[in-house]
Amino acid sequence: MLFAEITYALTGIGLFALGLRGALLRRSLLGRIIAINVCGAGVFMLFVAIAYRGPGQAPDALPHALVLTGIVVAVSATALALALGRRLRDSDHE
Amino acid sequence: MNSLPVWPIMLPLGAALLAVIWPRRSAWIGIAAGLATLTAVGLLMAQVASRGTLVHALGGWEPGLGIALRADALAVALLLMSSLVALAAGWYATGYFRDADRQSQFWPIWLLMLAALHAMLLSADLFNIYVTLELLGLSAVALAALGGGRAAIEAALRYLTVGLLGSLAFLAGVAVIYARYGTLDMLTLAGLIEPEPASWLALALMTAGLLVKSALFPLHFWLPPAHANAPAPVSAALSALVVKAAVYLMMRLWLDLFAPALDPASAWLLGLLGAAAVLWGSWNALRAQRLKLLAAYSTVAQLGYLFIFFPLLAALPAGPARDTAFGALVLMALTHAFAKSALFLAAGMIQQQAGHDRIEELGGTARALPVTTFTLALAGVALIGLPPSGTFLAKWQLLSSAFALGQWLWVPVVAAGSLMAAGYMFRVLGFAFGPGDGAMQKLVDGREELPALLLAIVATAVLGLGAAALWAFVAPGALLMGAQR
Repeated sequence: MLFAEITYALTGIGLFALGLRGALLRRSLLGRIIAINVCGAGVFMLFVAIAYRGPGQAPDALPHALVLTGIVVAVSATALALALGRRLRDSDHE
Repeated sequence: MNSLPVWPIMLPLGAALLAVIWPRRSAWIGIAAGLATLTAVGLLMAQVASRGTLVHALGGWEPGLGIALRADALAVALLLMSSLVALAAGWYATGYFRDADRQSQFWPIWLLMLAALHAMLLSADLFNIYVTLELLGLSAVALAALGGGRAAIEAALRYLTVGLLGSLAFLAGVAVIYARYGTLDMLTLAGLIEPEPASWLALALMTAGLLVKSALFPLHFWLPPAHANAPAPVSAALSALVVKAAVYLMMRLWLDLFAPALDPASAWLLGLLGAAAVLWGSWNALRAQRLKLLAAYSTVAQLGYLFIFFPLLAALPAGPARDTAFGALVLMALTHAFAKSALFLAAGMIQQQAGHDRIEELGGTARALPVTTFTLALAGVALIGLPPSGTFLAKWQLLSSAFALGQWLWVPVVAAGSLMAAGYMFRVLGFAFGPGDGAMQKLVDGREELPALLLAIVATAVLGLGAAALWAFVAPGALLMGAQR
């Protein structure tokens, strides 16, 4: 176990916990959406830490590819959440 | 290389794109795709029945780098369920959405949902399962919001945020698996998983995510509003298919992939939550004021029964007794899918004709919509678990396994749940057959009542009387990954 790997992994777990807390406790929709993204970033960080294979060695490419896919999914989900949020706001004005 | 497993995914996916390009032909495209998908699933089923489990490496890339599709008896049985229910609900949708705009919004997302569901059922790679879980969640949310009302959008948003947290927990579990075992291919993993903290942590994270998605008590809170406020064909698919997908993954993980690493006692947790779901869901269905809300709470209860099977299956040693109990679990899941989709479609029909679905004002329904009322009654037979429905046989097996293992606790739960189910279904029928002012419009086209009726007949008669064939098909594959070792 290396210092860099552990730092990344712990940061990832911390972000996950922070995001989870925000997603459950926040009242505003925007706050919740951002919290979910923070939560997701925590998981992605975990994958980045896993890819580390020691100094001087190329990192494992597979977790990186997974994170890229994960980011695409997260962006689409965020877009859908925002679109639904706007529909909700528009229905307030009617 | 056999490419048959690709088609149940590619046909709806391709049709979804076509439905975007030709919005005015979308209903035709959707129905044609549904028929083609059903044909592909039928061919796949025949192959699996004659040759056993099929594994297909996508694009010829071997697992490790590539992704494998795997069609075994369990996956194929659920594929058949989903393509039949989706075809019937889609057929119903052609009459349900009256204006062309709604049709063209509905079909692409509907087909996308089907593609995601089928990809999930066939996937043998944990990360790919995460992706399909997200695709399924996103398309389900979009469908749930199609109703357009404020309540529907609020419910859809809650469905989305809760679902996203669930899939992130699942993904965190996937990360733990990769960190420890260095692969996400389930066929490779099956021989690797050891009873150790890393495996348990990964399973705990994935389970937490899937329990949210499968709406197991006490994480069911998002389900009733989302399912009750969606358009009827969507409610049918959400309740019958989408939650089942998460239950299917739970079966794969708990009864299959992680089974060698687990203490059988740990499955009691799932059983206890399932028992609580049966009681809580049935009680709320009994008190529901609206028919669709009743159907949604009934889903919470019926999913509970599926989880009661987990401690029984974990305790049973491999052999005929376990195979029988496993077949009963699959039969229960299938019967619920057909019965609940029939119930939701019938409820949608009543809602459209009467302008509401308040249970206490259903008087006169039996006279105005005799076929739909008959459908309600048939679906009720399957939900209560009266013979000859599939639920009857499944509950029978559930109880006899519980007796054999001395797990007495489940017996009063099943009895109470069945009694309450009888209570809520007879309450609906009591009002439907009662006198009413006949505010119902005359039904223009009787054929619109047909899809729901057919689904109810499958649940009550076909699955019950044909259960032996299903058992023979599913049971030999009961130890799924284990059989590959």
